Amino acid sequence: MMSIRQIATLSGHGDRVWGVHWNHTGKHLASCSGDKSVRIWGLEGEKWVCKTILEEGHQRAIRRVAWSPCGNRLATASFDATVCIWDKKSGEFECIATLEGHENEVKAAAWSISGSYLATCSRDKSVWVWETYDEDDFECAGVVTSHTQDVKEVVWHPNEDIFASGSYDDTVRIFEEDDGEWVTGAVLEGHDSTVWSISWDKSGDRLSTVSDDKTLKIWKRYKSGNPQNIVTGSSKYSWKCICTLSGFHERTIFSVDWCHQTGLIATACADDAIRIFKEDEKSSSDEPTFNLLCSYNHSHAQDVNCVSWNPAQPGILASASDDCEVKIWKIDDV
Amino acid sequence: MNFSSKDNANPLVHESQTPRYREENQDDDIHDEIDVREIFDLIRDINDPEHPLTLEDLRVVNEKDIFVDDKASSVIVSFTPTIPHCSMATLIGLAIRVQLLRALPSRFKVEIKIAKGTHQSETAVNKQLADKERVAAALENNHLLGVVNQCLTMKN
Repeated sequence: MMSIRQIATLSGHGDRVWGVHWNHTGKHLASCSGDKSVRIWGLEGEKWVCKTILEEGHQRAIRRVAWSPCGNRLATASFDATVCIWDKKSGEFECIATLEGHENEVKAAAWSISGSYLATCSRDKSVWVWETYDEDDFECAGVVTSHTQDVKEVVWHPNEDIFASGSYDDTVRIFEEDDGEWVTGAVLEGHDSTVWSISWDKSGDRLSTVSDDKTLKIWKRYKSGNPQNIVTGSSKYSWKCICTLSGFHERTIFSVDWCHQTGLIATACADDAIRIFKEDEKSSSDEPTFNLLCSYNHSHAQDVNCVSWNPAQPGILASASDDCEVKIWKIDDV
Repeated sequence: MNFSSKDNANPLVHESQTPRYREENQDDDIHDEIDVREIFDLIRDINDPEHPLTLEDLRVVNEKDIFVDDKASSVIVSFTPTIPHCSMATLIGLAIRVQLLRALPSRFKVEIKIAKGTHQSETAVNKQLADKERVAAALENNHLLGVVNQCLTMKN
């Protein structure tokens, strides 16, 4: 049996909370909000408290916050069309750079596993790759404009320098470097509406995506010459949707996170619920079955915007909601 | 706004559709669920962005196109643009959305749609109105917020 239990409610934001993200040690949780601030939460004894508030970096709502893999930096993506880089070299987080270039709201930002690349995406339909050579210097290494609409999400592969994006144009795209240029390597078509969020599994050979079409899809990449005879054409890989979970979510799904420790998938939905899915170990890897382990129906008083698994403590999940609260959950017996 | 640039210079104006709910229900001690007539009362007096008329006068909003399920906290409003190529459709939908967001308890999930088959860009407008991230960004735009507030300034 599986149980989900709320272990903390973090109040303080003055507007809807758009995003939450754990640092690599799982000891600090960053949240960002329509109130233009980031809050960093941590344990004091047994109690979760707000350790730091980052303000005055942005003029408008902060849509996403992302920790660098080393945990010393935060990137914040804002509707004010900029991305701020916060660094805690001095002991406190300080805004060391403001990345400008997007024409409209920046919707997401994400670091590569090496920490040397940052990807950002915007309502201006473009995806930018920034490269950091030395500590404080960020240079634009590429702009890709293959999406035809508002780009909602960017996420780097867990161990390679490639990343995926999701868009209002209903597609997922994979970006890779080719001869020094950032290019679109694959287009994943199948969702019937906006793709809001993407998460890679631990191996990086599979992707989970969620959409306004109320489904969760699992995609798998096949190398050219694969024994399953999936056609790859002239490219190295081909991506195929190997599973669609429909009928589980009543409204738009805003966020998905695939835990690299437990393999559990969590989703955040506009029906106020958090749901946890688990792969059936007996199912085929080319046609897997995922079972709903639990649906926590009134997890928040309003839409759930984001879910994030703690990378160090298995079964600890954070969620963010329009109700201005962040919650921390413990999923037992995983 | 220039008169000659209006999408529909001579719209049909209709009689009021139903008596106002709030005029007959003044007893605050009685707890009653939010129903269709209450939602209609909240949106019938919204001003058209182009004409000195309300959305009710123009039959843009109608009681029969409102769905309410109080227990499920669900409200769906379909509205009918005066003409199938109305460039104001998104703005009108946004005004209805903002009015209901402000007036209803926050537990309500509000969906605003164009009545089926009444606008040539129905799918695109519906998708935009349903995208809460884009709605949130739009409402941080002071100019747009000003225009929406103007639509929501009730004359009486």
